[in-house]
Amino acid sequence: MSDRMLTMAEAVREAMSIAFDERPEVFLLGEDVGIYGGAFGVSGDMYHRYGAERVLDTPIAELGIVGAAVGAALSGMRPIVEIQFSDFTAQAMDQIANQAAKIHFMLGGALHVPMVLRTPQGSGTGAAAQHSQNLEPWFASVPGLKVVVPSNPADAKGLLLAAIDDPNPVIFLEHKLLYKIPGRDPVPEGATRIPLGVSKVVREGKDLTIVATGIMVNKSYEVAEKLAAEGISITLIDPRTISPLDMQPVFESVEKTGRLLVVQEGPAQAGFINEVIAQMAGSSSFGSLIAPIKRLAGMNIPIPYAPQLEKAAVPQIEDIESAAREIVKNWR
Amino acid sequence: MGHPLSSPEHARHALLYMWRIRKFEEAVEDLFGRGMMHGTMHLSIGQEAAPTGMCMALTLQDQITSTHRGHGHCIAKGADLTRMIAELLGKKIGYCGGRGGSMHIADVETGNLGANGVVGGGIPIAAGAALASKMMKRGTVAVSFFGDGAMNEGAFHEAANLAAIWKLPMILFCENNGYGMSSSTAKAFAIDDLADRGKGYGIPGVNVDGNDVVAVYEVAQAAVDRAKAGEGPTLIIAETYRWKGHSRSDKNLYRTKEEIEEWRTKDPIPKFIARAIEAKLLTQEQCDAIQNDAIEAIKAAVNESVKAEAAEPSGLLDAVFKAVTA
Repeated sequence: MSDRMLTMAEAVREAMSIAFDERPEVFLLGEDVGIYGGAFGVSGDMYHRYGAERVLDTPIAELGIVGAAVGAALSGMRPIVEIQFSDFTAQAMDQIANQAAKIHFMLGGALHVPMVLRTPQGSGTGAAAQHSQNLEPWFASVPGLKVVVPSNPADAKGLLLAAIDDPNPVIFLEHKLLYKIPGRDPVPEGATRIPLGVSKVVREGKDLTIVATGIMVNKSYEVAEKLAAEGISITLIDPRTISPLDMQPVFESVEKTGRLLVVQEGPAQAGFINEVIAQMAGSSSFGSLIAPIKRLAGMNIPIPYAPQLEKAAVPQIEDIESAAREIVKNWR
Repeated sequence: MGHPLSSPEHARHALLYMWRIRKFEEAVEDLFGRGMMHGTMHLSIGQEAAPTGMCMALTLQDQITSTHRGHGHCIAKGADLTRMIAELLGKKIGYCGGRGGSMHIADVETGNLGANGVVGGGIPIAAGAALASKMMKRGTVAVSFFGDGAMNEGAFHEAANLAAIWKLPMILFCENNGYGMSSSTAKAFAIDDLADRGKGYGIPGVNVDGNDVVAVYEVAQAAVDRAKAGEGPTLIIAETYRWKGHSRSDKNLYRTKEEIEEWRTKDPIPKFIARAIEAKLLTQEQCDAIQNDAIEAIKAAVNESVKAEAAEPSGLLDAVFKAVTA
């Protein structure tokens, strides 16, 4: 085991570089991914290492960029598209939802779209309503897209390598606050893949199951560590791939803990995390619950600008902590 | 393939494929009228010369993207008629196994990346195919067929610009049939000459009589040569007309009977027959025989398709994703 502590930006760049070295058909295209190194520095020095043809700067034209990636993917290439902010996928939605997602099914399986669309999402940077959303339910509600939400550098690397291998379109949503901080775990050297569609049990406990996505995994982990000192023991599950979703570890955990807290940053209404609740409600494990399911999610508002307003709009560590404590104390 | 007037064989090909498209569309209308086909249909009767002329300038490896009015593009590129009809009838042997229908026929073997239900949806995809060809040094071109309506979509603009700045081996082929559903080009454009749009992207914009298969072939071949020489894309505006309505719900309230009748006199098929006979490449008898060949081919395709096994719902869930292989 290596002890390399990378940031998520470094881990994503490492995965892309491994894929570039392994397969000549892999290339990266997007706005400012070249000499600028990407708006969040993710492509970094790749332009200098791989050249302008494989690290392809594009005009500001999200629909055209994603469409070009779809066409290239249909023609033997394996494009990685970077959309500068996930909010801008709205500009490209026809190519994502009507074309990439449907081609394999709709055209009878003759063609497929091995494309990865990477894009930063999430609040916390003071960029306000059009640069801060968590849009995973948009993508997870479209059959034909795989959707990955990594919570740490090691997972991001392994999942991205698997996403690039995948013959289907994969939406890879990176929380921008995670780009510059090292993860808790070292990032292994080499080209180890983490298969899509496998949830990760981050830590195990007997009193409460928390299912969290993206940056909320990290916040929930801190809460779990803190509450362990008070004698509350928490299982934390990170689905990692939200479509397809692997619920088995959640069912198994709830059968042991009897309590479930779900946490996401995006707005509560029609959010992805509701799918976890719906599947739990319909499962045979539902009978193991001794407490009502608790949901923590963003407010149903656009992300506001001022730091105190922005903070209030999405779950914070204190919110998770008090919710966890309440469930365990109130339901015995 | 080559110039429609370069040999009797080429002339036969041009005429046969125009007849195949015409007879295919008539068969579709008939199947629809008899209640054997569901959903909707967008017929290209009157527009046969444009895809036939364009595709005669292509090889099997060159790629196309097509539109909701795409039967003609599929046929001109060489698609199997039985698998096409079978798809419209929801049969298992159809191109999409009954999952796509009229608007989603693709054929990998003939370089057809698929028809498209979204206006303009195929244009950026063709740009991407051209990008792949350039990156892999394949020497192929990608042609995007679209209608005049698509030229006001952002997708057209973004793809045309990408193709121009990257000098992609691409052809933007507009079949200007005068209407985006009910909106005439006069209502939808503030310019008279759609080819002028090419200037805005720094690429050639060329007009051609879209009902003249020879003229279409000639501008298409020039565009293919330019693309394959690495000089970038060309915008072709082929002026044509659809005799039938936009789709089955169309009552033709936005155009006159006189206008439709006038365009019927510009039928691309007799126009080419006259040229081929004058050039002594075909006789009238041979032309009649070619028409019959097309009729027989469509009849056979319909008969086989009608008898074919219906597509079944089992397995639909497994068809969403391509299986991941280790």
